Amino acid sequence: MTAIEILDLEKTYLVGFWRKRPKLALRPLRLTIEEGEVFGFLGPNGAGKTTTLKLLMGLVFPTAGTARILGMELDDPRVKSQIGFLPEQPYFYDHLSARELLNYYGQLSGIPAKGRSARVEQMLALVGLSDSAGMQLRKFSKGMLQRVGLAQAILHDPRLVFLDEPMSGLDPMGRREVRDLIQQLRSEGKTVFFSTHILSDAEALCDRVGVIHQGELRGVGAVAELTSETHGKVEIIFYAQAQRVPAGLTSLGAEARVSGDMVNAVLPEEQQDAALEVLRRERLKLISLTPVRRSLEEYYIQKLRPTETRTMETRKGVGV
Amino acid sequence: MNSDGMNSANARIAYIAFNTFREAVRDRVLYNLVAFALLLSAAAILVGEISIDIERLVVVNLGLTTVSLFGVVIAIFIGIGLVSKEIEKRTLYTVLSRPVRRWEFVVGKFFGLTGTLVINTFFMALGVFLALLYVAHKFEKMDEWVLVALYFIVLQFLIVCALALFFSSFSTPLMAAVFTFALFVIGSLAGDLRGFARITPGFGGWLATAIAYLVPNFSALNVIGQVAHGDPVAGSIILYDTVYALLYSAMVISGAVLIFQRRNLK
Amino acid sequence: MNMSATGRVNLVATAVLFFSLAGAMTTLSVIDHQRRDPVAQEALYISSPKVLRRMSLGYTGLLADIYWTRAVQYFGVQHHNGSGDFRLLAPLLEVATELDPKLLPAYQFGANFLGPKPPSGAGLPGAALALMKFGIEHNPDQWRLYYNLGFLYYTEFKDYAKAAEAFERGAALPVTSEFMPILAARMAQHAGDFDTARMLWSTTYESTKETRIRQNAVEHLLALQVDEEVTQLERVVEKYRVQTGRLPASMGDLERAGFIRGTPADPKGHAYRLMADGRIEVQDSENFYFITKGLPPGKSPPQPPREPQTESK
Repeated sequence: MTAIEILDLEKTYLVGFWRKRPKLALRPLRLTIEEGEVFGFLGPNGAGKTTTLKLLMGLVFPTAGTARILGMELDDPRVKSQIGFLPEQPYFYDHLSARELLNYYGQLSGIPAKGRSARVEQMLALVGLSDSAGMQLRKFSKGMLQRVGLAQAILHDPRLVFLDEPMSGLDPMGRREVRDLIQQLRSEGKTVFFSTHILSDAEALCDRVGVIHQGELRGVGAVAELTSETHGKVEIIFYAQAQRVPAGLTSLGAEARVSGDMVNAVLPEEQQDAALEVLRRERLKLISLTPVRRSLEEYYIQKLRPTETRTMETRKGVGV
Repeated sequence: MNSDGMNSANARIAYIAFNTFREAVRDRVLYNLVAFALLLSAAAILVGEISIDIERLVVVNLGLTTVSLFGVVIAIFIGIGLVSKEIEKRTLYTVLSRPVRRWEFVVGKFFGLTGTLVINTFFMALGVFLALLYVAHKFEKMDEWVLVALYFIVLQFLIVCALALFFSSFSTPLMAAVFTFALFVIGSLAGDLRGFARITPGFGGWLATAIAYLVPNFSALNVIGQVAHGDPVAGSIILYDTVYALLYSAMVISGAVLIFQRRNLK
Repeated sequence: MNMSATGRVNLVATAVLFFSLAGAMTTLSVIDHQRRDPVAQEALYISSPKVLRRMSLGYTGLLADIYWTRAVQYFGVQHHNGSGDFRLLAPLLEVATELDPKLLPAYQFGANFLGPKPPSGAGLPGAALALMKFGIEHNPDQWRLYYNLGFLYYTEFKDYAKAAEAFERGAALPVTSEFMPILAARMAQHAGDFDTARMLWSTTYESTKETRIRQNAVEHLLALQVDEEVTQLERVVEKYRVQTGRLPASMGDLERAGFIRGTPADPKGHAYRLMADGRIEVQDSENFYFITKGLPPGKSPPQPPREPQTESK
């Protein structure tokens, strides 16, 4: 089933005090997410990622267009029980403890009283907050608040989970844990839609990504496909001798870099055999030989750049 | 309309109300204000004169006025803090992403807020009665009318809470506080405004009458002067004022709901 | 179910809003009718200015203004509905001036409306006098207060000696009106003259912007004019009688005899009537308050009190 169906969703804000000028936050967006996929919404700050999420959550109303979640309209009350949301830099009730907050949210989500506290404890353990569960939230660090946010997003076991910059505020350990959590959600068959500007996370976790910039969806693609292209280059890593790049490699047109006792050389794949020959001759120990893949970063940067076609379209006056 | 599972609207409203109450109670601001109010009740004793009658008069007048004024201040502080702040600080995002309707949120907040004020009033009233006991050394029959005055003060709070919520639903915390307090002041003088309207001819009088009726008539809910002299309050007045307070609050809350329904949360 | 959930909520909320608005307004007007004159009730309950002062927590100025405004409104309302009951006017003014002794307009108002008998005033000249003295005690350099005092002695007590004294004290102030010494002089010699009274009421009219006081002064000036004209006409009738040996049968007789020109009319345009016994009457005594002449027999003016009586505060 289609998890999320966005049809020409558009949002224009009116800014300014006296004369309100329209500010286009989101151009008509068309996107479909299937159930069970992990979708990454990539873009720089202010691109429209948060606006899209807020529109889907019903926190903000679209200027035009519609969207459906699990086939239901956004203002259908049944939608909310199937989704979980982690906003960017979440903030909660100062004077409640983490446990009280989750319990309160559990009440609002309709989790029956009988299993509620057990479920709350389970969530607290999952995000590693069991020890701080009785502490008032105003004393929580940013990272801890982020964990609470995650806990409340999946507390009621929703089919879809929406995360806005889930890694922000977390140390590398925390980020690893979130990654694992998302993997787990995926294995449970849940749909995860998250926005981020950290590409390595997206590359590691997502099935598909979409790149958004200045309110416009620039491209959508499966991660596997986008990064499968090879550039016609190979990367050879080997142990160096006297911290020196063998002359033979340079003459083959390799770009090499020395780090510690290893050398990292990139050269055209036609030269692959010749390079290996150089190493054998110099008796240098090979560590690895891998084809260079196109990275997600390149796709991202490419999509961010205004293209020829686009400028042509705007000249014609065609709205995107 | 319970198609979304385990909860009914009433249950959610009750949860929100209780949580609002809990937040308010744990906020230290509340305690400071209540303590200050009690202090003022004690001061009322010092203000009175030697004659016992005047002392009682002053204690009741000053004490009840303190309860009323401080209650309004608390209602505004806490009410606006609880709602506007929630909207500003995005606490609301995670609440509204749950199966909670926006109107349930408003109504729940309202009940939580008024509940907080009722408990508050109870403690402040205790202070007044203790002061009264101190100066008069015993309770008299006429003191039961003080309870009626307190009930009327609670009715006033209903309206103030509704107003605080209403303004919070669309303006900044500061503006909401200012508007609510301004309406409280105007509403307290509504009786005088109507008197003015009666003797002013033409458009001015008509306008004054319109304003005097639309504004929340706190003056109509003020029986402090009467009660200080031990005069009874007619049963019909109690009934009508209850009805008025309930209807006016309902009107304001439904306005708040309508506005909040379409508000884009930045 | 062709309306969305949002639409349903909006509809219900709008309906609740309108019905509760209508209901609240209706209930309020019912309450209004039941609790008549809340201003009056409250004024009764706080009858001790000292208590009020202590309770006002220092905001005496504001409270004084509120009570002053209420005093004016109270008077207006009572005057409007013709009840003639002004018993709360004195306490209201006393409270206002007790809270703010420098509230000059309150003294002026009291001088004009506490003294006269109902339905023009509260009928408490003693209270008015006490109020003036209180005002002078706290504002010894305000000529208007001495004026009010002298005015009071003149109009309510007919004690021209004390009136003269008050005007003199006012005239001696560094800042005063040019009329004060003139009034003082007139009190001494021509107290009963129309011109003196006219000057007094004109000064009252000039010295204030308060509509009611001005209106009152105008009524008095009109009455003075009537009194003067009636006196003159009656003198003419007497002259006629002396000359012809009989009373004139009509105004026409007087005209033919050359004593008057045209048909004399009162300031409101109604012709004076010549009565059979030679008196002159106004056509409708209801048109004029305060006239002492031109009234039908039996309508004698009330007797002023001999001495100022101090009424309890």
